[in-house]
Amino acid sequence: MSEKPVVETHDLTKTYGKFTAVNSLNLRVMEGEVFGLLGPNGAGKTTTMLMLMGFCEPTSGAVLINGYNPLREPIRVKSIVGYMPEKIGFYDDMTARENLEYTGRLNGLAGGGLKSTIDELFEVVGLRDRANQLVGTYSHGMKQRLGIADVMIKRPRIAIFDEPTSGIDPEGTDQVLNLIKSMAQQKVTVIISSHQLHQLQKVCSGVGIFSRGQMIASGPVDKLGREALRKGHYHVILPIAQLADRVRDEINKIAGVRSIESVADSTVIAADEDISGELGRVVLEATGLKVQMKVEEFELEEIYMKYFEGS
Amino acid sequence: MNGLLEVFRKELADSFNSKRFIILFMLVYLAGIATIYIAAQNIRAAVGDATSNIFLSLFVVSGKDLPFSFPLFMSIFIPIVGIALGFDAINSERTGGNLSRVLAQPIYRDSLINGKFLSGLTMIAVLVVSVVAIVAGLGLRLIGVPPEAEEILRLFIFVLVTILYGAFWLALSLLFSVLFKKTSTSVLASIAVWIFMFLFMGIIANLVAGAAYPINQDSTVAQLADYDSLYRMISRISPGTLYSESIQAILLPMMGSSSPTMMMIGIYSGLMPSPLPLSQSLVLVWPQLVGLVALTAVCFAIAYIVFMREEIRST
Repeated sequence: MSEKPVVETHDLTKTYGKFTAVNSLNLRVMEGEVFGLLGPNGAGKTTTMLMLMGFCEPTSGAVLINGYNPLREPIRVKSIVGYMPEKIGFYDDMTARENLEYTGRLNGLAGGGLKSTIDELFEVVGLRDRANQLVGTYSHGMKQRLGIADVMIKRPRIAIFDEPTSGIDPEGTDQVLNLIKSMAQQKVTVIISSHQLHQLQKVCSGVGIFSRGQMIASGPVDKLGREALRKGHYHVILPIAQLADRVRDEINKIAGVRSIESVADSTVIAADEDISGELGRVVLEATGLKVQMKVEEFELEEIYMKYFEGS
Repeated sequence: MNGLLEVFRKELADSFNSKRFIILFMLVYLAGIATIYIAAQNIRAAVGDATSNIFLSLFVVSGKDLPFSFPLFMSIFIPIVGIALGFDAINSERTGGNLSRVLAQPIYRDSLINGKFLSGLTMIAVLVVSVVAIVAGLGLRLIGVPPEAEEILRLFIFVLVTILYGAFWLALSLLFSVLFKKTSTSVLASIAVWIFMFLFMGIIANLVAGAAYPINQDSTVAQLADYDSLYRMISRISPGTLYSESIQAILLPMMGSSSPTMMMIGIYSGLMPSPLPLSQSLVLVWPQLVGLVALTAVCFAIAYIVFMREEIRST
């Protein structure tokens, strides 16, 4: 993961009359990152995505996609960005293959190269047997997978998915998220919004939580968890129920340790940073035991609920 | 030009494959063949002892079995064709969830609307050219009088003007497809304009002109002329009037004026009309043609601007 942001917004704002849909958003998504947009309906996720695509004009602020303004240089932006809208549709009276061929030709592909790309994509999304059927006969889940093929056909560097898993069954959700994960493995930067927090956590390297047009928190899930649930402290869990006072003292000497608490059959040590390496050495020296310890992990759902518990 | 050609090709293929246009083509062909058949039967009586423009008469003669001439049929059907081609151009893309997907591809936004307009225009051109060719060929078989060079030129101009007339209705329905989110609303709005222009424009023009210059048995020619010019000025708001006036002047070289009333006045005052040369017929209809082009351009320009500025949401 390089340290160059491929998607940047600066104080991006969009208002509709008196209603502020997006309020001074500063988003930075690094190359190769999978960034999840979370938040209740109407929090401004879709509007943000529309502005990233140049589909609606910001009231103020700027968007840079790989350094280009999507309104000024739409072709440069849209040739590297794939977008799957929430309510994706295809031409129902055309076959899936014809639909993809059209998208391919709009991307300047043609002939044998286009055909082999499409064959490959049908294989990837698991629709090979249904490729020559009319899209009108497709189920919702199949359309979503076709939508992913539609995004992949241009071999995007950035892919934006707006609620790709809404309204499909758990198996379909898994298939869609696995496809998105496989795109991320091919170094595609992904921006995705979804309400399936559990599944989203599995694919995202970072998330942004939106509320009423503002991004109230952003970063990797564990960082958000610490901020929301643990006052910013790392919690390292030692699988030892009771620590001898001597060991406690040693641990307390480690820089950044805030507290040591016994919880059920383990001990939780709160610290300003990840001290598990240091802690392991101290415990080994003090007790002669090599213990398995882990830094507490968080459920995205729990973090999400924490942010929205008031409202 | 990014994407324009691809959109154009896809739309054209869609149109040719759709049942909608098979029905429309059949309807227009049927009307064309029926009118030409009736015209061929009545042409002897209608033409009398004229020696020129006999072939053209085929297109304007009607009989008592079918009191419609071919251009009149076209002036009714071409709006339907234009509306059918355009009324769901943009809003069906939106409701189908295709609009944002297609516009996410590296094409300029206007490629979509331009491609749709051009493919619709091509469909109208194919329809008009083919029906005129069929009618002309059939007419040639039926009456056996070959057209003169000028008649062919006049027919060619007739084809162009008819395509232009179709372009107006296409642009209008395209505009409604941008303005209204539902296809049922846009088709109704288009048909409402069509009915208004055809049925009510004449009535309104008559009422207004009649109120301004009441006509009775004692009216002078000057009053008649005043009434007539006001009546025509108002009814020319309707593209149908512009079309039928142009077609009359082009297909009926004997018509010295685009106003029937003025013609009658001319005849009663002892001026026998003689056929106008093509160049003079064109001079006569030039304002009407410019009017049609302007109306089309205005409709398309509004559709274009609204579409370019609007937000592309998938819902």
